[in-house]
Amino acid sequence: MARTSTTHDPFNAVAEPKRRRILETLANDELTVTEIVDSLDWPQPMVSKHLGVLKKVGLVEERRAGRQRIYRVNAERLKPIFDWVTPFEHYWRESFNRLDDVLEELQKKEK
Amino acid sequence: MPSKNMTMVTAKPGKQELFITREFDAPRELVFKAHTDPKLYVQWLGPHGYEMILESFEPVSGGRYRYIHKDKDGNEYGFHGAFHEMSIDSMVQTFEFEGYPGHVSLDCMTLEELPGGRTKATIHSIFQSVADRDGMVQAGMEKGVREGYERLDEILETLVR
Repeated sequence: MARTSTTHDPFNAVAEPKRRRILETLANDELTVTEIVDSLDWPQPMVSKHLGVLKKVGLVEERRAGRQRIYRVNAERLKPIFDWVTPFEHYWRESFNRLDDVLEELQKKEK
Repeated sequence: MPSKNMTMVTAKPGKQELFITREFDAPRELVFKAHTDPKLYVQWLGPHGYEMILESFEPVSGGRYRYIHKDKDGNEYGFHGAFHEMSIDSMVQTFEFEGYPGHVSLDCMTLEELPGGRTKATIHSIFQSVADRDGMVQAGMEKGVREGYERLDEILETLVR
């Protein structure tokens, strides 16, 4: 996959799971890079790199408050993307959450 | 809070494939068993609020399967295919949604052993065309499966008011 398309296409940008994690982290709060790093426990360069891509495709917005840069999700741009992929992901998420329960029961029985 | 066992769907634009990954707090033998024991399989596969009817299920290489997800209003959504290979090292099957007939995908699932008795499952689905893949990813929308989206849904609720 060409790098150039990732930085122009929001669909491509959220195809990367790490970037989705960042979006999820930003879902309820405006955060600084440091706060995102603390929340995800990932190295700062990794967070900054992915944030940069999300900013370029317009999924994340940045504002300055004094010396700090604060990031937030651009909901308008994000909505069509999650409308697209979420129901399918939801199907598997629901199924696998139940599979967790099945596996827990199985393990109890084995003990 | 985000759980470490997150279901990830990766569907890059313009491709005929997608990947689903998920980790489980159980050894791979048990994850495999949950995919091959019909009594277990019906307990977990399918969206919330749908009855899972396993019409045929032969989880061996060369076997067939067909199941139906039935909603509260009695609408039925059938799926069927064949198991090309069914072993703990490789589960390969065809998959066809009967609401979208003639569009078959190939699902290859692997179970990777992780430290601490955990397992990472990866499903690699390959479709006949990009349009087929996109149609499958969007199919859930038509069914109106919208309740309880967990975290991704929370994003929308918080932001798209």
